[in-house]
Amino acid sequence: MPDVVVVGAGVVGAACAYYAARAGLDVLVVDRGAVAGGTTGAGEGNVLVSDKGPGPELDLALLSNRLWRDLAADGPDGGPDGGFEFEAKGGLVVAETDEVLEALTGLAGEQGVECVAVAAGELGDYEPHLAKGLAGGVFYPHDAQVQPMLAAARLIRRGAERFGHGALMLRTGVTVTGFLRDGDRVTGVTTSCGDILAGAVVNAAGTWGGEIAALAGVRVPILPRRGFILVTEPLAGPLIRHKVYTAGYVTAVASDSEGLETSAVVESTPSGPVLIGASRERVGFDRTISVPVLERLARQAVELFPALAAYRVIRAYCGFRPYCPDHLPVIGEDPRVPGLYHACGHEGAGIGLAPATGHLIARLLAGLDPDLDLAPFSPDRFPQEAS
Amino acid sequence: MTRIHDLAVVGAGPAGVAGALTAALAGLDVVLVDGAGRPGGQYFRRPAEGFHAARPGALHHGLDRFTRQWEALRERAEVLLSTRVWAVERADGAITVRCLEGDREERPRTVTARGLLVATGAHDRPLPFPGWDLPGVLTAGGAQALLKGDLVVAGRRVVVAGTGPFLLPVAAGLADAGAQVLGVHEANRRFGLARHPLLAAGRAAEALGYAARLARHRVPYSGREAVIAAHGETALTHVTVASLDAAWRPLSTRTVECDTLACGYGFVPQLDLPLQLDCATRRDPDGGPVVAVDAGMRTSVPGVYAAGEATGVGGAALAEVEGRIAGRAAAADLGRPTPPDPALSRRRDRLAAFARALQGAYPLRPGWQDWLRDDTLVCRCEEVPLSAVREAQAMGAVDARSVKLLARPGMGWCQGRMCGYAVACLVGEDPAPPRRPIAQPVRLGDLAARARPAPDGRKTSSEG
Amino acid sequence: MSGPYRLVRARPEPEFEISVDGAPVAVVPGQSVGAAMHGAGIRSWRTTRFGGRPRGLYCGIGVCFDCLVTVNGVPSLRACLTEARPGDLVTTGEAPAPSGAGGER
Repeated sequence: MPDVVVVGAGVVGAACAYYAARAGLDVLVVDRGAVAGGTTGAGEGNVLVSDKGPGPELDLALLSNRLWRDLAADGPDGGPDGGFEFEAKGGLVVAETDEVLEALTGLAGEQGVECVAVAAGELGDYEPHLAKGLAGGVFYPHDAQVQPMLAAARLIRRGAERFGHGALMLRTGVTVTGFLRDGDRVTGVTTSCGDILAGAVVNAAGTWGGEIAALAGVRVPILPRRGFILVTEPLAGPLIRHKVYTAGYVTAVASDSEGLETSAVVESTPSGPVLIGASRERVGFDRTISVPVLERLARQAVELFPALAAYRVIRAYCGFRPYCPDHLPVIGEDPRVPGLYHACGHEGAGIGLAPATGHLIARLLAGLDPDLDLAPFSPDRFPQEAS
Repeated sequence: MTRIHDLAVVGAGPAGVAGALTAALAGLDVVLVDGAGRPGGQYFRRPAEGFHAARPGALHHGLDRFTRQWEALRERAEVLLSTRVWAVERADGAITVRCLEGDREERPRTVTARGLLVATGAHDRPLPFPGWDLPGVLTAGGAQALLKGDLVVAGRRVVVAGTGPFLLPVAAGLADAGAQVLGVHEANRRFGLARHPLLAAGRAAEALGYAARLARHRVPYSGREAVIAAHGETALTHVTVASLDAAWRPLSTRTVECDTLACGYGFVPQLDLPLQLDCATRRDPDGGPVVAVDAGMRTSVPGVYAAGEATGVGGAALAEVEGRIAGRAAAADLGRPTPPDPALSRRRDRLAAFARALQGAYPLRPGWQDWLRDDTLVCRCEEVPLSAVREAQAMGAVDARSVKLLARPGMGWCQGRMCGYAVACLVGEDPAPPRRPIAQPVRLGDLAARARPAPDGRKTSSEG
Repeated sequence: MSGPYRLVRARPEPEFEISVDGAPVAVVPGQSVGAAMHGAGIRSWRTTRFGGRPRGLYCGIGVCFDCLVTVNGVPSLRACLTEARPGDLVTTGEAPAPSGAGGER
């Protein structure tokens, strides 16, 4: 019997499992599909501190940023990328107008994160192919990137290899159908492949985390926010050095709009293609590709990097960010259901926030105090409605 | 205001041309789109005009009939050649077909119609083996296309391998055109169909005709044999031919010096466009997905029809019949009087049964996986070796999609068109219907050009 | 007259030339760049980006993207789909990087 069952083999589940195993717990990760098959598999791999205003999410992001660096440096072959293409490339946020630049530098001042104001004339030193005519930007050296699918898979693998024989196991193709209870307390899960008894259950089901919570009879309001990504042909060399996005991305992330919002987020990848995002819409789990959205993403990317116009898009796909009404993740034990821990609802920041989430959950599971105030992420902060 | 046609047909092969002509004769306003510069698709690919070939039909059965249909169609419908379709969308009862016109300038062009007939054909289905990416290794269809379309003989000393009756015309064409064809290696039994009760006399004669041509050129045709490795430094110099057991595991091998290998293991229907519209699929007998259609070649999506290989690989004769049925159904659905033609339906049923029998006679056996070594590339584009696929599986990638996410097979230029079947087999599943929202690469500049300005109205110049 | 020409009784128009890395290659009007190169004995014109493997024609019908080539400075064209035009300048090898590309890695 494992100490912990983690539901979901995405990057958050992988991080929870890794840190729990490191804390000496026996962990079983179950997923109804394959590893990294949900939103992790549709992510760009953002590890950002630049896009968050001051507050609990930024604190979480800063902790997570440090942990990602540790995980990358601690890779199996000692290579700098951790086996999951970690790149401490830095992020460049650009402003189109002086007003936007003012707001951007204002935000940077409040964040208290290491950053460099970049004057219009210096933008080309950071990104030679950036369009002329931008007002300026802010460079965040701590922004980084990982290949999220590899990160999830390798964290599980690494935990399994390092922390005692059998301490961390992965079972794919296992669908959780309900919870085992002893009174209020959760004592395991029922699944499509039989019951699994465990000391605790971690809900790391991402966009589907609300459904897992509902199986335990509690409401955790997580809904999908669709995003499209364009993938270009592989480039011979990196056209774009950093993660580059427009200041509008920050407002779009925080927006409560139901409708379509797009802003340019552009970056090269070690595999060769350029990734182009980002769109946000609340349309449920609809996978129908919208050509007008793709066209807008293309237009914004070309406006930012005119040289991209000559390169071809060979692929486009969508994913579903798990968002909560207040745009904060749900992290911690559910006071309504002892033994059930939530680690989900990270919206578009799940890759970046995964290690800190895993680290904090592992401390709770091991009976240690979390080294970050978890109150803002509390699972019962939402009004309980009949559902 | 854009003109709205009654029916847009994608594909100028036997299914598309027959469907377009039938619909046009029934009174529909038809537009036909094809990426190639000349009509015919793969089967009726014809030499470039510059050759002034007096007997282009020497390389095809039935080219004259197709050409008559094509000439008739050109008088009755709008025809857009050298126009590749990268996306189709359906909204408010109309289909928008997004195209790129021209083979290098690529001007965006949009075609709108009330209905859509998908007749996009198929491409070769390769299997990987060590050295299959060496220059000089071609698909069987690739060698055939070079000959039919460009009158280029793929090589001097040529080996033909794979499975299915298609190998015979490829080898016969190469031999007739002057290549030294060293052997045709059929991984299943030779004439696998000959013992089938459904064998249509005409097709038997066709196969025997090819066999006779091969015999005349002294080309050996062997069953239960395959090329299991290709060798050479910068180009092909020799291949390893193996005799196979019933599961296609190698029994014994020999080496054959050659400069060209033409190799194919059946065909993969091109389903990108119908799947963009969420058309329902079914499994062909070989496990691959094809578009599900009713007796009128209607897909599950109203106003969308499919004919030819997209509904199941069955060859040119079946494709033409299906095209005609689809054209009639499209006309009927738009209110044009179309009396029933039961003979056409019976002919379709007969040819479709024959196609199923053919697939049953030339199955793919799992022993091909024994041909691979750890370092054999499974995905040519992303250069993914078998070992990387196995490593991804060991990390929890239990299906083809997650193997792709971790190890990148199918992530490259061809988007899994070449390796998709093999990767599915390696992870032990039937190939999933391909999800390709972008069916042809599109320049970002072309994609951007149609977008409305961003709502914040920002201005940046483009001299970067 | 070569085998395939005799087979279909071709009376080809006069050939024109394209240049492949500076060397002339003869083309019958209507032939693709890829077919002309393959017919002239050029079997590969690109190397892969990880293993440096040579690649040329494979599927021949625009599906595999192995035959990508640069024509008159336009990169990543499928040679098998691109009809040759008189005077085309074909360059093989890696597609050209945009001018002034960053080269940190």
